[in-house]
Amino acid sequence: MTDALFEIRGLQKSYGERRVLDGIDFDVRRGECLVILGRSGTGKSVTLRQLNGLETPDGGEVRFDGTVVSGLEEHDLYPIRRRIGMLFQGGALFDSLDIFDNVAFPLREHTAMSEEEIEATVEAKLALVGLEGVEDKMPSDLSGGMKKRAALARSLALDPEAMLFDEPTTGLDPITSATIGRLIHSIQANLGVTSVVVTHDVALARRIGDRLAFLDEGRFLFLGDWQEADASGPRQLADFLAGREEVAHAA
Amino acid sequence: MNLRQILEEAGGLAILGAQAFRAMFSRPFEARLCLAQMEQIGVRSLGVAGITTIFTGMVLALQTAYSLPAIGVKYYLGTVVSKSLVRELGPVLTALIVGGRIGAGMTAELGTMKVTEQIDALRAMAVDPVKKLVVPKLVATLIMLPALTILGDALGILGGLLVAVIQLKVAPAFYLNDVFDALTLADVFSGVGKTFFFAYFIAIIGCYNGLTSKGGADGVGRATTNTVVLSSILVLVSDTLLTKLFYLLT
Repeated sequence: MTDALFEIRGLQKSYGERRVLDGIDFDVRRGECLVILGRSGTGKSVTLRQLNGLETPDGGEVRFDGTVVSGLEEHDLYPIRRRIGMLFQGGALFDSLDIFDNVAFPLREHTAMSEEEIEATVEAKLALVGLEGVEDKMPSDLSGGMKKRAALARSLALDPEAMLFDEPTTGLDPITSATIGRLIHSIQANLGVTSVVVTHDVALARRIGDRLAFLDEGRFLFLGDWQEADASGPRQLADFLAGREEVAHAA
Repeated sequence: MNLRQILEEAGGLAILGAQAFRAMFSRPFEARLCLAQMEQIGVRSLGVAGITTIFTGMVLALQTAYSLPAIGVKYYLGTVVSKSLVRELGPVLTALIVGGRIGAGMTAELGTMKVTEQIDALRAMAVDPVKKLVVPKLVATLIMLPALTILGDALGILGGLLVAVIQLKVAPAFYLNDVFDALTLADVFSGVGKTFFFAYFIAIIGCYNGLTSKGGADGVGRATTNTVVLSSILVLVSDTLLTKLFYLLT
């Protein structure tokens, strides 16, 4: 068993003429939280969606726990996806189901649990994300932060080994963002879940990331820990972390 | 739309159809979801299907009687109304009216799920969107469109009866005897047989356009319009070919 849960080699992806990923390589170590930073439209979410096979790369390879993910048929990906949870940018709760049924959904699909066991598990997962008493509500009745937390509870329902977070704090106020950050950190720390977080929220990245990768023009300009990033990261990363405009580059 | 896009769409529709039939016959069977869709697609379309065909039957009786009064055509109203409705107007009008409603609904629902990443969420949870979303809609349409057509045929004949009796003073028994003498099993087989093909086109086009929606609310809107236009055209074009086919078979 290698130290890396995800191994990504030479990942390439283009949309039409536009090359989004230009041969990126990285590992995600077991139990760590890797944060992928970058400006909007640099291919962060595209990278994330390759990890559980939601998108297929044009070139290169993704391995999860030693198994090649890229190029597998959709049905062959299902055993791998059951081991990987994913939190989508907007939560992606099912509009037609209430919160209880949303969180129960993966349990009903993939386990032989009785309704009593499902009820207990759903309540435990909702308590884990600090949401109680909302089981009967529809997603449209919840605030943005509550939807994210309910979606997080759903993605944790099957006790995944890895979690993928796509812009978990986009559209949330700073306090709710901090709450989501604390939840992600506690899940990773307490449950030992390997996490990959795509974000442009520097405060969140500093709070939860063990290592960070900085994506720019289809390549990782930096991959390392925060000490290295602050001490010897490339100028573009320093500008990004400081929130400086490109004027600095031009100068 | 250029030739390449047309071929891509035709290929996509064929692939989705094949995936849906494969998923339809593989376990677990989603009976509960199919029943819910049958209620959504069938029961909630009863009103529009009934109104369409009952008035069509009435107009058909009136037009026939007024167009050819000299030859006493009012005594053959049962034949004209029932043959026209059961063989042609019932299946096609039901498919156009109900198909527009349910096909647009499927595209809007799946399109919204697509652009809000709910379809991706299903895939990420190792659940097949075709089995979970497309198959129940296809099965429900394949069952409910023929059922609505048969009901619509009956209501259309009833509409013709109302006009025959109230307006044209034809005895009800005379009209109904004419209907039962004129209608053959071949008429019913031809008319209802076509609706299975219409149902398949409506459901697959509705689902395909939803699953391939792009670009937010605007994209879902365009996909929904495309569903109504394309399914209507396919119903009308295939009707011509199927009518010829069923005449050869019966």
